[in-house]
Amino acid sequence: MLKTFVKGGVHPPENKLSASRPIESLPLPQTVSIPLSQHIGAPPVPLVQKNDRVKTGQLIARSEGFVSANIHSSVTGKVVKLEDVMDAGGYRRPAVTIQVEEDEWMPEIITTPGLIKEFDLSVEEIIEKVKEAGIVGMGGATFPSHVKMSVPRGKKVELLIINGVECEPWLTSDHRLMLEKGEELLVGIRLIMKALQVEKALIGIENNKPDAIEHLSGLCLGEKGISVVPLKVKYPQGGEKQLIKALTGREVPSGGLPIDVGTVVHNVGTAFAVYEALQKNKPLIERVVTVTGPSVKNPSNFLVRTGTPVNHLIEAAGGLPEDTGKIISGGPMMGKALNSLRVPVTKGTSGILILPESMSVRKPVLPCIRCSRCIFVCPMGLEPYLLMTLSEKEMTERMEKEHVMDCIECGSCSYICPSNRPLLDYIRLGKAQVNQLIRSRKK
Amino acid sequence: MNSIIFITVITLSAIGTAAALILYFVARKFRVHEDPRIDAVEEVLPAANCGGCGYPGCRNFAEALVKSDSFEGLFCPVGGNEVMAKVAEILGREAVTKAPLVAVVRCNGSPEHRPKTSVYDGPITCAISHALYMGESDCPYGCLGYGDCVEACTFDAIYMDPKTNLPLVIDDKCTACGACVEACPRDIIELRKKNPKDRKIFVCCINEEKGAVARKNCKVACIGCGACVKVCPFDAITLENNLAYIDAEKCRLCRKCVPVCPTNSILEINFPEKKMVVKGQEKQEKKGKQDAKGGIGKEEKVAASGSEQKESIEESNKDKESNSSNK
Amino acid sequence: MDKLLRVSYSPHIHGENSVPRLMWGVIISLVPAFVLSILYFGLGAILVTATSVLSCVLFEYLIQRFIMKVPPTVNDGSAVVTGVLLAFCLPATIPLWLVALGALIAIGVGKMSFGGLGNNPFNPALVGRVFLFISFPVQLTSWPLPMGFKTKLVDAATGATPLGMIKEGLLNNQQVPPLMEEIPSHMQLFYGNMNGSMGEVAAIALLLGFIYMVVKKIIPPVIPLTILGTVFVFTGILWLANPESNADPLFHLLTGGVMLGAIYMATDYVTSPMTKKGMVVFGIGIGVITVLIRRFGSYPEGVQFAILIMNAFVPLINSWFKPKRFGEEVQHG
Repeated sequence: MLKTFVKGGVHPPENKLSASRPIESLPLPQTVSIPLSQHIGAPPVPLVQKNDRVKTGQLIARSEGFVSANIHSSVTGKVVKLEDVMDAGGYRRPAVTIQVEEDEWMPEIITTPGLIKEFDLSVEEIIEKVKEAGIVGMGGATFPSHVKMSVPRGKKVELLIINGVECEPWLTSDHRLMLEKGEELLVGIRLIMKALQVEKALIGIENNKPDAIEHLSGLCLGEKGISVVPLKVKYPQGGEKQLIKALTGREVPSGGLPIDVGTVVHNVGTAFAVYEALQKNKPLIERVVTVTGPSVKNPSNFLVRTGTPVNHLIEAAGGLPEDTGKIISGGPMMGKALNSLRVPVTKGTSGILILPESMSVRKPVLPCIRCSRCIFVCPMGLEPYLLMTLSEKEMTERMEKEHVMDCIECGSCSYICPSNRPLLDYIRLGKAQVNQLIRSRKK
Repeated sequence: MNSIIFITVITLSAIGTAAALILYFVARKFRVHEDPRIDAVEEVLPAANCGGCGYPGCRNFAEALVKSDSFEGLFCPVGGNEVMAKVAEILGREAVTKAPLVAVVRCNGSPEHRPKTSVYDGPITCAISHALYMGESDCPYGCLGYGDCVEACTFDAIYMDPKTNLPLVIDDKCTACGACVEACPRDIIELRKKNPKDRKIFVCCINEEKGAVARKNCKVACIGCGACVKVCPFDAITLENNLAYIDAEKCRLCRKCVPVCPTNSILEINFPEKKMVVKGQEKQEKKGKQDAKGGIGKEEKVAASGSEQKESIEESNKDKESNSSNK
Repeated sequence: MDKLLRVSYSPHIHGENSVPRLMWGVIISLVPAFVLSILYFGLGAILVTATSVLSCVLFEYLIQRFIMKVPPTVNDGSAVVTGVLLAFCLPATIPLWLVALGALIAIGVGKMSFGGLGNNPFNPALVGRVFLFISFPVQLTSWPLPMGFKTKLVDAATGATPLGMIKEGLLNNQQVPPLMEEIPSHMQLFYGNMNGSMGEVAAIALLLGFIYMVVKKIIPPVIPLTILGTVFVFTGILWLANPESNADPLFHLLTGGVMLGAIYMATDYVTSPMTKKGMVVFGIGIGVITVLIRRFGSYPEGVQFAILIMNAFVPLINSWFKPKRFGEEVQHG
């Protein structure tokens, strides 16, 4: 009996077309536009100006405050623009545009391949290096990782959970990373365990990746305290709270954080980035991105430098299909639809999914038939049909009472609704209204 | 049989009388004493219950008026100075007057001026699509056209123009209650001073991006060039964040700024037509349309950014004809 | 790239659920019962069902088009379901104009007057049925004997249902056990060899439909199981306490409209509670009220009233029985 979370969840078709494609490095694009804000928290302060020359791995923006992250140049070249560039969030945001030349890595970065297993760093040194390298949550949430690795006073961590679930349909970047960089991954996990001062780590992997489970389980035999746990395939298994529930049986309290139940969760991509940062002094400047879709000629997994425009990846995967309707950054359940092909890849871009026109148009909305499917599938135990109505009527205080802030925006409710109601759209609006209300109370 | 009916009638009458007596005494005992002036004030208020005064309903506003000492912060935009004068009379206070305001939509980004660059799919409401992304054009400040402002208006004073996908305010009906201003997630609508004959001059754009970027995404965007600032004889125009703004209090409606705007971003509404200057170098002058007599105060934003002088003249002749036929 | 991309919020994919698919699923599950009812009642079954369905669809279309002035939504199949269910709780020999009248009330009053699909608090088919029952008690209690295509439409050999016979007998101070001799055996009741409405006679067909709906995930099995379970337990207690004046629980399950009501009427999405806990409470309420009316009330059958009464409580049930929120009780941490 595979472990899983008990409440809610849906099972969309998996479509892991690119699961057997090894990671390929892409040739460098002509220009990259590196957005300054690729994380949750304050945007960093740019350190470069127009016409500066930068090297690969050079710090080009420094973090502002605790919850912020550094930005490094992912290429060598000349800074041509410091203007706003369209990003996945649908608005233009500050970015550094660089004309790309041949790679000239910063001298401290070790570019030779080969596993470096041993390390001799203190807790503070690890956290500081992670912060320096600008590492953020690579699962898509992009929360600055050094913050997650710093255990606040009064809290205790017993368990590190590594999220190798990749529950979103179509995406396979984490899968390939686990298969091809397993050893590096384990070093990264060891480093994070040291930083958190825990003895135990669990790697959660969904059961549709049997090769990854086998490979990592084999590697874990030689490692004390780290083990692999296969999990039932159910969306949103990869959600932090659901993963913790499945692996430990504990529920993160409403409004709380995983640390409140003694756990910290990091994505496999983050753990790999930690390895590269600490053992090879390489800051976070590239990541694995899956390019996939039903009409894509060559669904692939690419190793991409941050700031690469999306059309560069799509070209490499066989070009933009004729029947394209939507281009999504991320997975189909929680990803963001792009309005332009020039949007750059960022630290949190796990995949580019191209959906044909036939799958891109929403069906007409019918009235709620009170079938309660949305309640059955909500992993947080909320009532989406009610939250949508409350949001339409702007009944903000009632929404707060109905725990709208607990919503993890997984999209299961909208997915299952037979009346095609835009439940999540209105719930998001409701959350924004409640946020405003909470802020106005604090004043 | 008769006795049963008799007893029934007596019993029910007794119960009814008892209930009536109880209700009477309870009503007397628990009566809420209210200042009778509240009723008097409520009488003269417009009973629109629109919330424009900031209170939930006219009754609550009446209470607030009676309870407070002065008219500080208390004004009914729907009733205006007339109603406030009546209230002042009832309460024995000095009346305050405020300059009347009207809602002005500061975006001229019709599909003709602002090309469509993507397709939005989702609930047709500005609040949600604004939170999602910049909209179906590339201007993040532009009107989305889904009509949250129209929904919010309780006076039917604003409607969507199907040709331009932009909202149009009916000046005669607008009470400046501010509901549409609240509803617009992009703060496109502003309450500006109402001038005689409903004349307006304003910068019909709120884009704060650099000029080149703004202009690329919309033909009639304000590019922050400052030409209007220089030409204004009354210092009514300021430039901040690549955007010009005309202060309605200082503006004397001289119209000097309108022709110098390179993108025709400044609009003049409800002015008489200027004579066409047919010279090689001069910029085309914009025409304003006069109110059709007796009709609703419809305004049309006409931006003639034609490059051919001839074309413009023909256009103006055509409009003159249709204008006269309207009358 | 000249093509315009589409932008919307996530999720960008959708499951195959849709309202028509669910409604047609219900209709398909009713096919065994419909086939059996034709075998038992012949032409009457076909006519009544056809009239009911056509009337419901027609009235919904007309009301939406001309009174409510909204685009008609008859394609979603909900009017068809109401039509079929209304037909199934009527006698097969009922005059067709009564069927149409019932449909008018069911759709017009029971559904459209509240705003259409999703807005009605009471089960529309039952509203129509109860209206006919109270206004035309004679026609609604003349149940034809199942004689296949020989079932006469006019001057039919009608009689009371088994439940009716028990009720009448008890009122006449007869004892239950001898009465049971005159009633078909349990097995016959299971296969539907009794007087009754088209949908109530064949428990086996209804159970097949139930299994189909559960397998196809159209309805969760909670409500029917709870109702039938409650009826079984409650009548069981009564029977054990006093077998002279109470029929056995299996009899109660197999007769009357409780099977039809539990599986199809009480599980109507719009009028049933939203959480599993609420559904259990709802089911228990229906079971209890049904048995109370059957045993202590003046009607032989209580399911229709029980369901309508519990429908009225559904908003209260929804606000009292909320789903358990994730992270509500703080686990050890």
